[in-house]
Amino acid sequence: MEKFTKLTETAVPLPVENIDTDQIIPARFLKATDKKGFGDNVFRDWRFNKDGSKNEDFVLNKDAYSGPILVAGDNFGCGSSREHAAWALGGYGFKVVVSSFFADIFKGNALNNGILPVQVTPEYLKKLLLSIKENPATNVTINLEEQTITSEAGQDHFDIDPYKKVCMINGYDDIDYLLSKKETIESFEKEREFSV
Amino acid sequence: MAGKTLFDKVWDAHVVDKVANGPQVLYIDKHLIHEVTSPQAFAELEERGIPVARPDQIVATADHNTPTVDQHLPIQDELSRNQLKKLTENCEKHNITLYGLGHEFNGIVHVISPELGITQPGMTMVCGDSHTSTHGAFGTIAFGIGTSQVAQVFASQCLLLTKPKKLRVSVNGKLKNGVLPKDVILYIISQIGTNAGTGYFCEYAGNVFEEMSMEGRMTVCNMSIEMGARGGMIAPDETTFNYIKGRKFAPEGGEWEQKVAYWKTLPTDADAEFDKEFHFDAAEIEPMVTYGTNPGMGIKVSGTIPDKEDENLEKSLEYMGFQKGESLIGKAINYVFIGSCTNSRIEDFRIAANYVKGKHKAENVNAWLVPGSQQVAKQLVEEGLDLVFTEAGFELRQPGCSACLAMNDDKIPRGEYCVSTSNRNFEGRQGQGARTILASPLMAAATAVEGKIVDITKNLN
Repeated sequence: MEKFTKLTETAVPLPVENIDTDQIIPARFLKATDKKGFGDNVFRDWRFNKDGSKNEDFVLNKDAYSGPILVAGDNFGCGSSREHAAWALGGYGFKVVVSSFFADIFKGNALNNGILPVQVTPEYLKKLLLSIKENPATNVTINLEEQTITSEAGQDHFDIDPYKKVCMINGYDDIDYLLSKKETIESFEKEREFSV
Repeated sequence: MAGKTLFDKVWDAHVVDKVANGPQVLYIDKHLIHEVTSPQAFAELEERGIPVARPDQIVATADHNTPTVDQHLPIQDELSRNQLKKLTENCEKHNITLYGLGHEFNGIVHVISPELGITQPGMTMVCGDSHTSTHGAFGTIAFGIGTSQVAQVFASQCLLLTKPKKLRVSVNGKLKNGVLPKDVILYIISQIGTNAGTGYFCEYAGNVFEEMSMEGRMTVCNMSIEMGARGGMIAPDETTFNYIKGRKFAPEGGEWEQKVAYWKTLPTDADAEFDKEFHFDAAEIEPMVTYGTNPGMGIKVSGTIPDKEDENLEKSLEYMGFQKGESLIGKAINYVFIGSCTNSRIEDFRIAANYVKGKHKAENVNAWLVPGSQQVAKQLVEEGLDLVFTEAGFELRQPGCSACLAMNDDKIPRGEYCVSTSNRNFEGRQGQGARTILASPLMAAATAVEGKIVDITKNLN
């Protein structure tokens, strides 16, 4: 997994609430057997019109907005457990998603794929969305070490599980950790009072 | 010290280790897999040269991509065929039991595991599918995981997790005639919203759940994820034990007695505390329908769509083609789908058949019935329900996830309305531009017969 410490980049505003995983990557694109290529279809049904042409009104199709930071409305990533949503966002080039609330499974999937979910207060999110909308070239800084997000809208602090923070900063993942616990797991299995 | 909840008891019994200042290592008893969320996890293992740690604790099925007609023929869609082929290859290579397409135990992952007696109280279960919460009906900690976590369980039979908080939803009182478990859960979500459970594991308590069948409990727990909870649980009791007893993988003899004795210790202690609680009165619940694009946007069928200033509501109504303040009664519906891991069990079809018997579906309706498993399909025939449905003009298909998520050929055309017993009404969920109205199997059956949405309570009384 790629290391993440600090990022200063422009952001894309997508102020829609309850963006579910079916919108992030529709189910008809889940038939691949590897992790590549999902970025092409991120927000597929919002990016393209029914006739296959680009929906020029959608933010990802507007030249003014770009960058690896997606700023979305409340309750981002609800719905399915499909990790394809995280692969699609990552594949498209997003490294950070900012929202005032994240669905649990999405949050875990994002962290497991090196995408940082930054949960800010609803007030800060509102100000941030407004400032990006007005000035698409504005920079947003995410500092994982200090757990802060800074922009023209001011600064906000975000929480992250301390273990996940260490993983993100060092580029570790959970499999490495779990394999290091092999003996403990085996003795747990032996000691269990009830059998499976 | 305060007592423990059902969730605490099961969770604590599975904690292998704790990371200082971080998550816990939770042991997983059963890992269910299917074709969509497993191939990348197998690939991850191979890249790292790691074997599958406990293949005997994994059960595989093919469900999301499978066609529901002509299952004996090769799958036409090349990508779907390839995903199923990969699953077969991976299972063979790693010695994992697979109930693939054509197997007598094949079906939707959350339907086959309980019916085979694989799901048992006090277990931890995971699957790369958010509706794994279904198995909580047995007093099991069951939840959906992402593919990275599927790989973690393959590698270690464990997961790194932070213990969720505890939520209890109690429903007491007497349910009205025509109100099904599906209505109970749709009502709860409509009241508390789609993220009320985020960060929590939910326990359902009260006489309504105590008196509910196992299949009804599965419907309720299935939709726990739709209120944001990682999972839902119901304390195991005699109903649970009676359901499990005699099933293929259920414990037998002395082991059965031992297990039941343990299962009886699991219910929440009287003095246990929850982080959050909701209480509802059963008498308040009516048959439900959704009008919007998330499962929380539901109303009593006798009610009207909320009339309030809200950008998200407006966006949803535009997609659905509905108006604020409108009633859904009388809306013409051209598609009805009874199936999915929420409502494709034998009881669901019995309820629908009981209503449909002697009637015929409306001209305008395409009514799809998709059993959750081969076993359910067999039961439909044994009980003669297949004839009831076919005589009424319903189309009985072969088992699978079908029109729940449009990964296979069963899609609702753009702009069409479908009254569906599935769990999600997200934009495009049943096909691009499809408009989903979630409801109970009884409401779905009545819609098929009438060709429009009706207040079922008026038909019953």
